[in-house]
Amino acid sequence: MKIFHFGRKSLSHYYSTFAIIIAAIVFFVLSISIGLEKSTIFLLEKVIIAVILAVSLNLVVGFLGELSLGHAGFMCLGAYLGGKFATIVEPTLGKDSPLNLVLSILIGGAVAAIFGLVIGLPALRLKGDYLAIVTLGFGEIVKSVFQNTTRESFGGALGLETPRFNKDYLFIYCFGALIISLWVSINLINSKHGRAITSIRDNEIAARATGINVTKYKLLAFTVSSFFAGVAGVLYSFSNYNVQSSKFGYNYSIEILVMVVLGGIGSINGSIIAAALITFINTELAQILTGNLAVLQNLFYAIILIVIVIYGNSPALAGIREKYDPSKLFDKKRKDPSTIKKDDAKWNKIPTKIAMDELLSVDVSNSDDNENDTNNTKGGN
Amino acid sequence: MEIITTLINGLSIGGIYAMIALGYTMVYGIAKMLNFAHGDIIMVGGYTIYVFMNITGHPLIAVAVAVVFCVLIGVTIEKVAYKPLRGASPLAVLITAIGVSYLLQSLAQIIFGSAPKMVQFPDIKPIQIGSLKIQVYTLITLVASIIVMVLLTLFVKYTNIGRAMLATSEDRSATELMGINVNSVITITFAIGSALAALAGLFYLLKAPNISNTFGSMPGIKAFTAAVIGGIGSIPGAMLGGILLGMVEAISYNIPAIAPYTDAIEFLILIVILLVKPAGILGKRRREKV
Repeated sequence: MKIFHFGRKSLSHYYSTFAIIIAAIVFFVLSISIGLEKSTIFLLEKVIIAVILAVSLNLVVGFLGELSLGHAGFMCLGAYLGGKFATIVEPTLGKDSPLNLVLSILIGGAVAAIFGLVIGLPALRLKGDYLAIVTLGFGEIVKSVFQNTTRESFGGALGLETPRFNKDYLFIYCFGALIISLWVSINLINSKHGRAITSIRDNEIAARATGINVTKYKLLAFTVSSFFAGVAGVLYSFSNYNVQSSKFGYNYSIEILVMVVLGGIGSINGSIIAAALITFINTELAQILTGNLAVLQNLFYAIILIVIVIYGNSPALAGIREKYDPSKLFDKKRKDPSTIKKDDAKWNKIPTKIAMDELLSVDVSNSDDNENDTNNTKGGN
Repeated sequence: MEIITTLINGLSIGGIYAMIALGYTMVYGIAKMLNFAHGDIIMVGGYTIYVFMNITGHPLIAVAVAVVFCVLIGVTIEKVAYKPLRGASPLAVLITAIGVSYLLQSLAQIIFGSAPKMVQFPDIKPIQIGSLKIQVYTLITLVASIIVMVLLTLFVKYTNIGRAMLATSEDRSATELMGINVNSVITITFAIGSALAALAGLFYLLKAPNISNTFGSMPGIKAFTAAVIGGIGSIPGAMLGGILLGMVEAISYNIPAIAPYTDAIEFLILIVILLVKPAGILGKRRREKV
C-alpha cells in the first residue's frame, strides 16, 4: 500500500518526514533499551508539539495564503477539552490507558476543528489583515473565557490539572500524532483539494472563475489546521500535567508564526526544521542564560528575526541574495522550471493540429519525465 | 450619578484608545503595513516619562522629552527596519514589526528590569459636583484627547503635508508622479504616530501608574482592534472605534457579572462588527480585480 502520496516529486522532497520516522524509531529503541532522561523526553515532546503547530499553521498561512494569529486559541481549546475529557474518563479506563490518550487527543482535535469551522465560516469572508485581527480576537476570547472558569470546571486562573501518563511512552504517542499530522498535511497538499487550496492563495477570483468552491476549500484548510492545533494542545496538556490559559495569548500564536516564516512560508520541510531548531535552541539557551542573562535570549531572538526577514525579503538586497543562494551550492543543475519538451524525432512528420499542441505544450512542473533529456532547450516563453 | 462617572471614564479610556488607534490607522493607510511595534512605542514613552519624572519631577517636561524621544525612536525604526522592506510582501513587514516589538520589550527589560516601576504623579483631589466625583486626570485625558483629535483632523485637511498624506493613502504611485516625496510622507506619519503614542503613554500612566516592559501590548492590541472596528485607514474611523471600545470597556467593568470577560466582550464586538461590515464602520471596500 502506498502510504505517502508522492505525486511526481522525488522522495528527497520528504527527507525531513523520513528523518522524523527514523528519529521516532531511534528514540523508541533507546527508551526501551537504556531509558531516556526526563529532560530529554520533555524536550522531545516540546519539539514535536512545536512541529505539529508549525506544520498546521503553514497549511493556512503558506498554502491557503491567509494570515491567522489565533492558532494558540485552537491549541488552548484542544488542551482544555482534551485534558478535561482525559480527567473525567481516567477512573473508568484506568491509569495510563492508551485508549484514554487516543480518545482525548481525538476529542481535543475535534473540538478545535468544530470551532475552526464555526469561526471560519463567517471569518473567511474577510481578507488578509482583517482575518488576522479576527483570529487574534478569537484567541484572546478563548483565553479569557478559560481564565474565568470556576475551579471545579476548568481550573480557572490556577489552570487545569491533567492525568499523568507514563512519560516513558507518552512521547511515542506524540511521534505517532506527528507522523499522522504530516501524512494528512502532505497528502492534502498534493491532492486535487490541495491544488485547489493553493490556487485560492495565488488568485482567489481566478480560482472562483475556474469553478473552485472557494468557501469550501478555505474552510477545509482552516478546519484541518485547527484540528491539528487542537491535537498539539492535548499533547501539550499531557506533557506538562497542567494547562494554564495565560500561556495561549497572541504572543504564542506569533511564536508559531515566526517558526513558519523562518522555515519558509509554504514549505512543510522548512516548518519542521525551523520549529524543531527554534524550540531546541530556546530550551538550551534557557538553561545557559539564567537569571539576569535570560533577557538576552529574547534580544538575540528579536535581532535574528529582523535580520533574517530583511535579508530574505528586501527588494534592494535581491542581488546579494542571488549571489549567495545556499540552495545553488547543493543543487547546481537546477533547471529552468519552464522547459519546452524536446523531441526532435517527431519533427519528421508533418505536425497536425493536435500533435502541434502536444509539441509546444510547456511543461511547467518540476518535471521528472525530462530527467533523461540531457540537452534541454531553455524555454523562452 | 454612577452612570455619568462611567460614561466620563469610558470617554477618557476611549480617548486614549483613539490616540493609539490613530497611529495604527495612519501608518496602515499610508505605508499599508500593520505596525505591531506601535504598542511598544507607548511603553518607550512611559519609561521616558518615568525616568524624567524622577530627574526633574515635572510632568510637563517629562512628557515633552517623551514625545521627542518617541518620535526619534519611531522614525529610526521606520528607517532601519521597515524602509528596506518597502515593496516586499506584507507578511514579511508584519514579521519584522513583530521582531521590532520583541526587541523593544527585551531592551526595556534589560535596562529597567522585569519588576514593574511606579511613576509618582502629583496628587490632585477629585472634583466634586453634587454627588458626582470626577478624577482630574480623567478630565485632563478627555480634554487633551479631544484637542489632539481636532488638531490632527485640521492638520490632515488643511496643510500641504496632511493632504500629501491623504493622497499617498489614496494612490501611492500617482502621488509619487505628482512630485511628492512619498518616503518623507511615510516618515512624517511615523513621527506623528509615535508622538501620539507617547501622549497615550502618559494618559495610560495617569490611569494606572505602574509600568513594565509589556505595558504597551494590551492597549496596543485594543487600539488596533479599535482601528479595525472603525475601518482601518480611516482617521475618523479610528476615533469612533476608540471611543466605542472605551465606552464598552467602562460599562462592562461596572457590571460585576461580565466584568471578568471585558476583554472577551471587546473582541467579540470586533468580530460581530466585521461580520456585518467587513471593512469596519467607516472603512471603504475596495473592489478587487484579477
